[in-house]
Amino acid sequence: MDSRRIDDHTMENVEILAKLSLSPQEREAAREKMEEILAYVDKLNELDTDNVEPLVHISEAGNVFRKDVATNGDGQRDALANAPRKKEGQYLVPKTV
Amino acid sequence: MEDLLRMPARELGRKIREGELKAPDVAGCYLERIRKAEPHIHAFISVDEGKAAARAKEVEEGIREGRYRGPLAGVPVAVKDNICTKGIRTTCGSRMLENFVPSYDAEVVSRMERQGMILLGKTNMDEFAMGSTTETSVFETTVNPWNKRHVPGGSSGGSCAAVASGEVPLALGSDTGGSIRQPAAYCGVCGLKPTYGTVSRYGLIAYASSLDQIGPVGRTVDDCAVLYEAIAGTDEKDSTSTGTGGGRCSEDVFLTEPGCLKGMRIGIPREYLSDGIDEEVKNAITDAVRLMEANGADAEYFSLEMAEYAIPAYYIIACAEASSNLERFDGVKYGYRSRADAELHEMYKKSRQEGFGEEVKRRILLGSFVLSSGYYDAYYLKALKAKALMKEAFDRAFEKYDCIVAPASPTTAPEVGTSLSDPLKMYLSDIYTVSVNLCGLPAVSLPCAVDSRGLPVGMQFIGARFQDRKVLRTAAVYEQLRGTFPAAWEKEGM
Repeated sequence: MDSRRIDDHTMENVEILAKLSLSPQEREAAREKMEEILAYVDKLNELDTDNVEPLVHISEAGNVFRKDVATNGDGQRDALANAPRKKEGQYLVPKTV
Repeated sequence: MEDLLRMPARELGRKIREGELKAPDVAGCYLERIRKAEPHIHAFISVDEGKAAARAKEVEEGIREGRYRGPLAGVPVAVKDNICTKGIRTTCGSRMLENFVPSYDAEVVSRMERQGMILLGKTNMDEFAMGSTTETSVFETTVNPWNKRHVPGGSSGGSCAAVASGEVPLALGSDTGGSIRQPAAYCGVCGLKPTYGTVSRYGLIAYASSLDQIGPVGRTVDDCAVLYEAIAGTDEKDSTSTGTGGGRCSEDVFLTEPGCLKGMRIGIPREYLSDGIDEEVKNAITDAVRLMEANGADAEYFSLEMAEYAIPAYYIIACAEASSNLERFDGVKYGYRSRADAELHEMYKKSRQEGFGEEVKRRILLGSFVLSSGYYDAYYLKALKAKALMKEAFDRAFEKYDCIVAPASPTTAPEVGTSLSDPLKMYLSDIYTVSVNLCGLPAVSLPCAVDSRGLPVGMQFIGARFQDRKVLRTAAVYEQLRGTFPAAWEKEGM
């Protein structure tokens, strides 16, 4: 089997990771385009990268962190302002248990 | 009024500061222009005339009282709709954030605010900045002010079309793989993608964090330089903020003379002028190079190895980061929530399914795939290694050259409705721009010619990291040699 072929099991797994529920038609269309793109990016296999370190941060400094001190005060009202559903000052989600 | 619409940003600011012009009159003039152009161009997702007018009045008083002294006090600006604006809807061009009203300003917006700039509105974009035509926006289709049958490019198509149609003198865009430079090229305006880390992304809704950068769009290089100066600088709220860059760069640009090109070493990657490039674009670039050579530049065509691996590496890295960044849209804290009756996980999935468009979902899926167990090494890690080799190739080039000159895109603007059916083909239109993001480099895009269809051709000046000044200065010298570029709205008599 072609190694880049996305089989049903792999596609199902990817959808779980992506937290998306696709319709059967969407799934097929997405799989087809993904396979096309993956076939194209396989071009990278031409490169010999055996002795190459992966480059994550382009900046030598990496991440620069500030002191973990709150400066923005109580933002509960602001934080909830955009919530699709809320109740008594909290986010409301469907019943989970 | 037309004089005002044509005036460089720095001059506009000076005249407002010196009292020759009043901020409310300038804002009023541009708002009128927006009213006239918007029914055709659709560059904006939202414009709040009342707020802009009130703000202009307040800034005018502030200037007279000495509270605003900067070069852009009173100057209008538009902001791409993925940059948070307190109290003003920020949609990312997506159904997911259709009703999202941020409770805070992005750092760049705060900076512009402190300097007395007047925000006129939020501009259209490809959904979550994923796209090269602004057609993936769920709102209106922005058109190219040069020819309304053509796209403005993307993803900052709204910002570039707004500047090109004279609706604003300046705008902010964001550039993850060319999203400022390519639409600037298609719309015949100037756009800068600054060095990674020089402009804070706090409040920019993330797409691919290792690549995203906010930058200015203007009619000229100097317009971009003066806005860059206003937004650049250290910000402890962005962990990639480097504390370098920024500072004064634009006075140099402003005082530039053609003689400055003497001895300037310019490299042109041969790979960028070979397969797949439109003949007219290629000729426009080689003509521009000849013009610079005739004025003292030392130009050389060279092989930038790795050029052909940029797009594959870019799409793996960008999609991987997008799949992670966009996990936050779960229908709980903000954004769209499905109305379907469902348990928690089903609610997450349905909300994302209904809230995201096709291209966004495709990139999330692709990103989830390349990060998944069993594929991580083969795709994601491989792409990071290719990125390391690409950085080395640019490092070698910048040992030899002060600046790299390249086309901004292989073609001029395609027609509306011809790009989305073949995503891979659309991705390839970013072939000359994505390496700059992978390597964190500064690059400016500006028009160098008009093709036989009457559409602008864009050219890039690319520099080593933190050489934003040099890139702007070189581009400004070329711009002088080229001469004034026509404005789309003058040409069309819009």
